[in-house]
Amino acid sequence: MTEIFGVPTQALFGQLLIGLINGSFYALLSLGLAVIFGLLNIINFTHGAQYMLGAFCAYLLLNKLGVGYWWSLAAAPLIVGALGMLIERLMLKHLYKLDHLYGLLLTFGLALIIQGVFRNEYGSSGQPYPIPQELSGGHNLGFMFLPNYRAWVIAVSLVVCLATWFVIERTKLGSYLRAATENPALVQAFGINVPRMITLTYGFGVALAAFGGVMAAPIYQVSPQMGADLIIVVFAVVVIGGMGSIMGSILTGFGLGVIEGLTKVFYPEASNTVIFIIMAIVLLIKPAGLFGTQK
Amino acid sequence: MKVTKLAAAVTLAAAAMSAQAQVSDGIIKIGILTDMSSLYADLSGAGSVAAARMAVEDFGAAKKGMKVEIISADHQNKPDVGSAIARQWYDVDKVDVIVDTPNSGVALAVNQITRDKKKAFINSGAASSDLTGKACSPNTVHWTYDTWMLANGTGSAIVKTGGDSWYFITADYAFGHALERDTMEVVKKNGGKVLGAVRAPINTQDFSSFLLQAQGSKAKIIGLANAGGDTINSIKQASEFGIVKGGQSLAGLLVFLSDVHGLGLQTAQGLIFTETFYWDLNDNTRAFAKRMAAANNGKYPTMVQAGVYAGVLHYLKAIEAAKTDDGTKVVEQMKKMPTDDPLFGKGRIRADGRKLHPAYLVEVKKPSESKGPYDYYKIRATIPADQAFRPEKDGGCELVK
Amino acid sequence: MKHQKIAFVVMLAIFAAAPLVVYPVFMMKVMCFALFACAFNLLIGFGGLLSFGHAMFLGTAGYIAAHAAKVWGFPPELAILAGTFAAFVLGVVTGLLAIRRQGIYFAMITLALAQMIYFFYLQAPFTHGEDGIQSVPRGRLFGFIDLTNIFAMYYTVLVVFFAGFLLIWRTIHSPFGQVLKAIRENEPRAISLGYDTTHYKFQAYVLSATLAGLAGATKAIVFQLASLTDAHWTMSGEVVLMTLLGGLGTIFGPVVGALIIITMENYLAHLGAWVTIVQGVIFVICVLTFRRGVIGEIANFLKKPL
Repeated sequence: MTEIFGVPTQALFGQLLIGLINGSFYALLSLGLAVIFGLLNIINFTHGAQYMLGAFCAYLLLNKLGVGYWWSLAAAPLIVGALGMLIERLMLKHLYKLDHLYGLLLTFGLALIIQGVFRNEYGSSGQPYPIPQELSGGHNLGFMFLPNYRAWVIAVSLVVCLATWFVIERTKLGSYLRAATENPALVQAFGINVPRMITLTYGFGVALAAFGGVMAAPIYQVSPQMGADLIIVVFAVVVIGGMGSIMGSILTGFGLGVIEGLTKVFYPEASNTVIFIIMAIVLLIKPAGLFGTQK
Repeated sequence: MKVTKLAAAVTLAAAAMSAQAQVSDGIIKIGILTDMSSLYADLSGAGSVAAARMAVEDFGAAKKGMKVEIISADHQNKPDVGSAIARQWYDVDKVDVIVDTPNSGVALAVNQITRDKKKAFINSGAASSDLTGKACSPNTVHWTYDTWMLANGTGSAIVKTGGDSWYFITADYAFGHALERDTMEVVKKNGGKVLGAVRAPINTQDFSSFLLQAQGSKAKIIGLANAGGDTINSIKQASEFGIVKGGQSLAGLLVFLSDVHGLGLQTAQGLIFTETFYWDLNDNTRAFAKRMAAANNGKYPTMVQAGVYAGVLHYLKAIEAAKTDDGTKVVEQMKKMPTDDPLFGKGRIRADGRKLHPAYLVEVKKPSESKGPYDYYKIRATIPADQAFRPEKDGGCELVK
Repeated sequence: MKHQKIAFVVMLAIFAAAPLVVYPVFMMKVMCFALFACAFNLLIGFGGLLSFGHAMFLGTAGYIAAHAAKVWGFPPELAILAGTFAAFVLGVVTGLLAIRRQGIYFAMITLALAQMIYFFYLQAPFTHGEDGIQSVPRGRLFGFIDLTNIFAMYYTVLVVFFAGFLLIWRTIHSPFGQVLKAIRENEPRAISLGYDTTHYKFQAYVLSATLAGLAGATKAIVFQLASLTDAHWTMSGEVVLMTLLGGLGTIFGPVVGALIIITMENYLAHLGAWVTIVQGVIFVICVLTFRRGVIGEIANFLKKPL
């Protein structure tokens, strides 16, 4: 078997593919965070908990109402997104005039509450969620056996990310959103309901997180802690990509997933820290992130 | 007359007090320290508390005039949480004995604290063979099972049937390391080869990258040196990645009845591993299982929970015989008295704290072979008590002369 | 100032007499975390910098102190000093990397650095990963005070805590402290007045790190254990909570905050996840309606700084 830098290609490609799968989740989640921060200047620490809520929503829909995976893909983001909008209306709204750090602390507290409630109910072991029939099984690619579901994850994430980017950067609705962030008073003067747009945007970002959660349910086990450690990594992704840049988050998410996969092959001990090392370096050289613009 | 009556009264009172004073504060307090909410909650957890209560009932404490109280707490698999609870229990809550601790890191911490405070510790849940080896203590009894027994039972059985190249996926803490170490020794002793190992943090959700490495090693056997939820996840994801279809076999080095229940027979069939208790062994164990199911939401007992029952029962018998609840003396008495309980039968506790009983090599039935709830195992072989555990002299325990 | 001195004497009296009524190990935990929170408050309350990675100092000092006492056989005072020194060094290194950034970027970079330190400790053999460094000997302080005696240990921790607290007090009331406050209020103006603000912030950061380390090293000796929990990012979150609840920028706030949170954790411990839920609720309430914190509200009521 051929080797690259002393590592068999089989292992290399296998880990790269796993890296892409992880990267899909990083991209999906960092997309939601970037949308929320870029357009609303809110650091949404609750994002990890909302991802978990999406997964639990899918689990509960299946076990209590018999609603399957395909319907959950649409239903869970809507339900959790609506909850998100409620949070924005009731709590976040009051903090816009204060230092950004209060927003971070509030959402951090909310994350603790949501995770605590679910841990109380379900313990911290995972609940099983079956891979949908249509996506089970896999294909032998030669260098590894790729389960169909994991390929599906990569495909869907790409589609959703690009669609979001398109809406925000290339459509009229997106331009309203971006204008509202730059100068809300002026945009409001034009007759556009800015507070409502902000609420909807927050809801959309949260829905993206929940969507990620439903995608994760069949492979990552539905557990109350699933978002907690992931959120820290996703923050790093967003910071590296540039806190306001949508395309930056998407590219960085996939890119870092791949880099993490490569590190697992060549230097596994560092695989957990490599993302943070990159973040520290980027923050030192280009504090606005790779694709970001300083506000 | 008045003086004599007074003297009689005083003497009686003194006698009563001295009998009571032997049991420190009149109450025997048992602390069940377990995992209530995390990956070991099913193999131990609330079931262990139920088992302990049954043991106290069966011992007939009330009839013998002994007051026994049971309290419990969740150590969350964190040594700092576990040791803080143990300390507080011993210092403030007057707990006399701590039982269970399914987590070797916590068990080692509690082992030390119990020794410092001269109380008693009956470990049923943790596996590290160091508890009767270099960390052995005159205040600790290690019931149920340990990593050496698992390695020897499962490891040698698998190597002898052709599984002679191994790759380990190990839980990265005391238990995982001990299990990996003990199994590696057995594999090598039986002529096998160890091709590599990878460490995964406890409570890992996604094993895909580790499984891929195991696949890449081309080892015949992928040894899972983990337990509880981690084992379930590894096995489920291994089937997702077609590991068994690709010709490799999974060896679950520590599997419990609750894991098989979680996996389902379809996924778990054919798994071979070692346990020291199964509910369907004989009439006594079956009766116990029925009672446990009634007390624990229909869940049948695992060997850890059985160990809690048997350990508490023997502890209470020892207190009755020694007439004291001083930790060191009671453990000494536990070693002096041979054990006899409906679950493990007759056995004894060695000088190093190791409880001896037979071990069973089991294979998980096919779905078609299972006739009722929790009817999961075929007993492949019985390893007699004197061969199942590490020889006393090999452990490096200072209590063994 | 007089009311502050009164408050200080009251605090001293309470902590000195506490072991007679309350479980000493519990109070020692409160004191260690109170010191940790005070050190953290120095940075955010007076320096205006939110560090989301302070756990790295607590954890590092704990591990080094535990290792020094257990493996190198250091007596407890030298083990604690070793741990504190390690935190100092880490503070200097991370400070050099982080201090040029402001606000959210500063918080993020401290978080990143803390995560790197955490994962390093997860892998490093000397920390024993999930098991932690156990059975750390308490030893004999200065060669003759046996710290396994609970009262000896308690009063040692008392001295350490009050020494740290007084150091912070002196710093706040010194010219250095005044400049720091000026920087927090309006950095451009401080710069225009000729102060090298980066240098002042850096010094505050290193002092905060060192005292956090002192808390961590002492804690390792008291509990005879150093574990991953102390270096995990949730610990960084906890210290933010304690300081926020007690009152950001007040002197006594962090102590009260630590006392409340540790007590709450102790009482709710057997309820498991409820601790997390209550912590979250406190965060939310504090941020929305109780921004001054307990001591802050009292100080506001009395119209005097506390």
